[in-house]
Amino acid sequence: MARKTRPRIAVWKFASCDGCQLSLLDCEEELLTLTEFVEIANFREATSTVLEGPYDISLVEGSVTTLEDARRIQEVRAQSRLLVTIGACATAGGIQALRNFGNVEEFRRAVYARPEYISTLSTSTPIADHVPVDLELRGCPINKRQLLEVLSALLDGRAPNLPTESVCAECKRRGNVCVMVARGTPCLGPVTQSGCGAICPAYDRGCYGCFGPTETPNLPSLVARLGELGMDRGQRLRVFRTYNAGSPPFRAASEAAHEAGGAP
Amino acid sequence: MSAEGDRYVLSRKDVSRLLEQLHQRGYTVLAPRVHEAALVYGEIRSVEELPSGWTDRQEGGTYRLERRSDDALFGYNVGPDSWKKYLFPAHEKLWTARRTAEGFEVEESRKTGPRYAFLGVRACEIAAMHIQDRVFGGPYADPGYQARRTGALIIAVQCGQAGNTCFCVSMKTGPRVTQGFDLSLTELLDGNDHRFLLEVGSERGAEIAESLHLPVAPPKDVRAAGELLDRTAAAMGRTLRTDDLHELLLGSPEHPHWEEIAQRCLSCTNCTLACPTCFCSTTEEVPELDGTKVERWRRWDSCFTLGFTQLGKSSVRRSGASRYRQWLTHKLASWQDQFGSSGCVGCGRCITWCPVGIDLTVEVPVLRTGARSKSSEGTAKP
Repeated sequence: MARKTRPRIAVWKFASCDGCQLSLLDCEEELLTLTEFVEIANFREATSTVLEGPYDISLVEGSVTTLEDARRIQEVRAQSRLLVTIGACATAGGIQALRNFGNVEEFRRAVYARPEYISTLSTSTPIADHVPVDLELRGCPINKRQLLEVLSALLDGRAPNLPTESVCAECKRRGNVCVMVARGTPCLGPVTQSGCGAICPAYDRGCYGCFGPTETPNLPSLVARLGELGMDRGQRLRVFRTYNAGSPPFRAASEAAHEAGGAP
Repeated sequence: MSAEGDRYVLSRKDVSRLLEQLHQRGYTVLAPRVHEAALVYGEIRSVEELPSGWTDRQEGGTYRLERRSDDALFGYNVGPDSWKKYLFPAHEKLWTARRTAEGFEVEESRKTGPRYAFLGVRACEIAAMHIQDRVFGGPYADPGYQARRTGALIIAVQCGQAGNTCFCVSMKTGPRVTQGFDLSLTELLDGNDHRFLLEVGSERGAEIAESLHLPVAPPKDVRAAGELLDRTAAAMGRTLRTDDLHELLLGSPEHPHWEEIAQRCLSCTNCTLACPTCFCSTTEEVPELDGTKVERWRRWDSCFTLGFTQLGKSSVRRSGASRYRQWLTHKLASWQDQFGSSGCVGCGRCITWCPVGIDLTVEVPVLRTGARSKSSEGTAKP
C-alpha cells in the first residue's frame, strides 16, 4: 500500500556513545523498507547529506551536558512535529549522569591537562527536562524491534505497543529460569522495564537495569532482597548508578544506600 | 487386553522402551530435564536426558538443584515452568490479515501442531489442566488449546516426596494422581531393584502398556506405592486452611494487610506467570512496515501490570496492594464463582518463584485476624 505521505525523519546526537543511532542502522533489511516510507532527512551517522527542517519525527539520542546543547535541543524541538528520545542517555541522563552525584569542577581539574578548555554543565539531564517529549524509548542501547514498532506506529497513526512491565515478564515468556531464585544471583529484573527481550538472564546474568525503572518499581523491597543475597551497601549503591542512575527511582535507591553508609 | 486400572511393573531399563513406543506413535515427548539451574520441561529423545539422581530444594524465593544419593528419575517436585507453556503458549499467533484491492482478508492460524506426550505430570498439574480446561472450554472454547489438550498424552508421576513449598493436600489436588491420566508411574527404589508401578488410566494408555508386554504388578508393589504416597501426603511443606477462603477473601477487601504485603510485593508478575492456572493474556498487532500485512499475536499477561486494567489513559488498579488483592482474591475466592473450583492447586510455584518469597500460606492466615473490619487506616487504594 502506498501511504499518502512520506514523513521526514531527523536523528540527533547529544551527549552519548552513538549506540542507539547504530541500532537504527542495525535494522539493515528493514531499513531499506523503511526508507521507502520515510525520508531520512538528517542522519549524520549515516549520511553527510543533510536536508533542512522542519521534520515530522526527530529521534534524539543523548543527554544535555553543555550549555550549547541546552540551546540546541530547543532548536530541535522547534523544528520537529514529534520528538522521540532514544536510549538511557536521552531518557535518564545516561552513565554520564554520575556527574550529578559528584563534583564536576574536581573531575575537570583531575582529568584534563588544560581544564580551562572544557566547558560543561555540572549535570547530565534527560531531554524531557528541557523540552516536551512525545515518546521515550528506553535501553542502553535501545531495542531495534521497539524502534521499528515506534516508527511503524507513527507511520500508521496508532499508539506504539511498548509494555512498561518488568523484565521478569519477558523472562517467564521466554522460558528463562529465574537467576535470582535458582542461583541467588542479584538481578534488577523485577524493577526494570521490559523491552530488551530479557537478554542478560538468558545468559545466566542478573539484569543490570539498562532499560530503567518499571511503571511501578518497588525499590525498597528489591534492595532488601539484594542485601539478603549478599550485596553490601556499596554494591547496592553502585548497582543503581549505571546507565539509568539519573532516573528518579534508581536515584532514590542509590541515595538511600549512600545514606545507609554505602561507599560513594 | 489391558484396561483402565491395570497395574504392571516397569523396570528402570524398560523406561527406554516406553519412550520408543511414544516416539513410534509420533509423539513429541516432553519431560523434566536439567536446564540452566533448574528442572525444566522440554523435549527428550532418550531416557538419558531425564534428570537421573537430581532433586530440588525449595523455599520462599529460593530454588536449588541438588544431587540425590540415588539414581531416581523423578525424585524432585515441580520446577519453574508448567505444562501450561505447551497448552497455552506464552506467544501464539492467532491470525494474519492481508490488504487486498477490496479491503483485507484474514487467515486464521493453523490449530494443529505436534502431538505431545507429557512425561512426569504431577497430580497438582493434572488438577491445573482441568482448571484451564474450564477456562479455555465452554461456550467460548479456544480452538488452539482444545487441539493441543485433546492430543496430549498424559503420563503422570506419583510424587514420592513432598516439596517444601507444596500444599496439594490442603487444596485436595494431590499427591495421589487419581484421574485425568493415560498412564501413571510410581517410582520404587529398593536398593538395586529400581522399578516403577505403571498404572493404566485410559484406553490410549492401555494400548501403550499392552505393547510393552510387562509383568503384572505384585500386591507388594501396589502396597509400597500406596505407602509412598501416604508418606508424601504427610510431609507437605505448607498447609492452607481452605474451608473459609471464599468468605474470607471476599470479606476482606479493606484489610490493612494488603498494604503490608504491597511493601514487599514487586508487582513483577512472576507468581502469575509461574502459576499453572493463571490464564490472562493480551493481544497485540504486529504489522509489516510496508502496511500490507498485520499479524495478531496473543501473549501471556498478568494482573500485576498497569496495562492489565488500563482504560483510556489510566489504570484501575494503580496500587500494588490492589493488584495483589485482585490476584489472591480471584485465585482463592471469586474463581470459585467463575469456574466452580479454586484457582489454586497447591503446587507452591508462586511461593518459590517470588523473588522476595511472598507466601500465600502465610499471608492468608493474617487476613483472618480482623477480617471484615472496616479499617480507616491502611485501606488498599485503587
